[in-house]
Amino acid sequence: MHLSSPAKKLIGILILFIVALFISLPAEITIGGREIKRPNLDFKIGRFEIEKSFDLRLGLDLAGGSHLVFEADTSKISSEKVKDAVASLKEVVERRVNLFGISEPVVQTSSFGEKERIIVELPGIQNTQEAAELIGRTAQLLFAEVADASPSANLKPTDLTGADLERASVDFDQTTGKPVVSLKFTKEGGDKFEKITERNIGKPVAILLDTELISSPIVQEKISGGSAQISGDFTIEETKKLVIQLNAGALPLPIALVEERVVQATLGTESVSQSVKAGLVGLIMVLSFMILSYGRLGIVSAVGLIIFGVLTLALYKLIPVVLTLPGIAGFLLSVGMAVDSNILIFERFKEEKGRRPVPDALEISFGRAWDSIRDANIATLVTAFILTNPFDWQFLHTSGPVRGFAITLALGIGISLFTGIVVSRNLLRVFIREKKT
Amino acid sequence: MNWMKYRLIYFLISAAVIGTGIFAYLKWGLSLGIDFKGGALIEYKVGKDFSTEEAIKKIENPSLQVYSIQKAGENTYLIRTNTLNSYYRENIGTVLAELTGGDAQEVRFENVGPSIGSDLIKKTIYAIAIAASAILLWVAFQFKSFKFGVSAVLAMIHDSLVLLGSFALFGHFFGAEIDFLFVTAMLTILSFSVHDTIVVYDRIRETRKKVGGSMTEMANMAISQTMVRSLNNSFTIIFMLVALILLGGTSIKWFAIALLVGTISGTYSSPFVAVPLLVTWDELKRKIKRS
Repeated sequence: MHLSSPAKKLIGILILFIVALFISLPAEITIGGREIKRPNLDFKIGRFEIEKSFDLRLGLDLAGGSHLVFEADTSKISSEKVKDAVASLKEVVERRVNLFGISEPVVQTSSFGEKERIIVELPGIQNTQEAAELIGRTAQLLFAEVADASPSANLKPTDLTGADLERASVDFDQTTGKPVVSLKFTKEGGDKFEKITERNIGKPVAILLDTELISSPIVQEKISGGSAQISGDFTIEETKKLVIQLNAGALPLPIALVEERVVQATLGTESVSQSVKAGLVGLIMVLSFMILSYGRLGIVSAVGLIIFGVLTLALYKLIPVVLTLPGIAGFLLSVGMAVDSNILIFERFKEEKGRRPVPDALEISFGRAWDSIRDANIATLVTAFILTNPFDWQFLHTSGPVRGFAITLALGIGISLFTGIVVSRNLLRVFIREKKT
Repeated sequence: MNWMKYRLIYFLISAAVIGTGIFAYLKWGLSLGIDFKGGALIEYKVGKDFSTEEAIKKIENPSLQVYSIQKAGENTYLIRTNTLNSYYRENIGTVLAELTGGDAQEVRFENVGPSIGSDLIKKTIYAIAIAASAILLWVAFQFKSFKFGVSAVLAMIHDSLVLLGSFALFGHFFGAEIDFLFVTAMLTILSFSVHDTIVVYDRIRETRKKVGGSMTEMANMAISQTMVRSLNNSFTIIFMLVALILLGGTSIKWFAIALLVGTISGTYSSPFVAVPLLVTWDELKRKIKRS
């Protein structure tokens, strides 16, 4: 059997389609009561382990979660130190967020004009107040000596601070049963603590958190060994939070919450189902329109559009693209735009058909339409590029939703060029050849 | 068909649409969303309807101003207030639970401080400026003529003005707000607008190479040849957007509407703004040369 080159290409496209379909279908589908499960691809090639579960990654607005933006107060440090301070600020915030114990949190910095911001995304967290308190408190721990008899009068800060901590943990006071924070100092910190307690036997030592006095126990004797307890009027929750903050370290800069966005998972689920419905209705309208306007050619473009959809979804999963609500809008928009190259070619074909034999007219239409398709799509890609801002240029938007939209739009345009030109062209070549013979 | 004969009419239509927009803008301004001016937007799902006036009365106090409570679809209410703290956030929940007999659930909460907006405006202006200059250069380079680029960019500005003007109207009558997504829509529209324009330009370029003729003749031919494709392509986009507006939910409804307005304006502006401008420019240049 001798296969023509377009037919060979079509077989290649078919294989690609099947692979993409395999990836883009949900992991579990029920057909007629039977449940079909897709196996995950886990294989080892030499030292490389490939593990792909092919799940669609959903953004906060679809999966539910919170988006918090903090602004750092840099007024108290000199401008050349800001960069380092913000970098270590990010580290501390990351450590605190990681101690939260949720999967895939995001911590980013954004610097624009004079403003230094930290963006935190917490999937699945709905209580922003608690999260913001945990992340936002400076948690600067300080031990101070009390000069006069009354603790409020004259505090003399010592060199023992939260930086000397090796570890903090939640404990309970053995007599009162109240939660307390146990501190374990580093070796150096332990030595400092020993000296401070030695100097202050019979006197109170003040423990301050963010300049607020939390307790001032009277020192009974010199304490060596490097551990201490803070018993304040804490609830268990507060103690836990404090422990996380102390373990992650104090924030090098004070930060304040300037923006919070929370979406409940239920709204996200609803948005997904609404978008799917809208997408299907729109798709059916587009397909019917193409078939009604262009007849058999329309069917070719309908096939192309379905391949487009499947390839796009598969790519979302492979890259992976974090899908947001605007991202879905971008995808739906790209479905509407994907047939553009087909329409351009078909309209051209109508003109050329009268002048020359059908197969030639077809090839010429593809060739002529290509210039406009290329030039026009490059213009759209330029805008998508600016919106995506892949290099994180700080003078442009770095927001998640806008990016989500631009990425899906750009991917859509790219793939539509492939399906609009390569797929439809080979389909038509085979189709028209068949018709001729 | 001699499309260029009616150039004046096209300009008048555009002037009327943009004029209405400017009028609306001057009279009512744009209603900025919380992304720009700060404040809170809370979406509630409730079991039964309630009196929004009563809710406002109960929620409002000296430090919490309620801008609006709006029914946005079945069982869905949008509450807009100034920037609030968690105490007031909880209080709103309590009031609504009381009014709906316990069946009120907060599904979305957005709270933005006032400092975010000015950066957003600056970044948007940069983005638009960069996109517009990149497109101008690309078109000018591809068609080896500055006037092609400038006309395309003017058509783009035309579409942006139509979009802004229509949102001044929508804002006043239907409570549409200018937010982050609007900005995204606006930038997308820039590329839509130029997308169609390039297709027409491309036909002019092809005709110039093959047949030649005056700019008016070439423009007429190019518009006739691309009109059906331009309309058909817009239809497919409009189908998707209308589906999204009707079925897609409250969060992105106005985003889809902005894209729709832009698509329609972008389809119109290529043959009826960009090309007529090009032809007019060409004529003026010839007249100046002759004299």
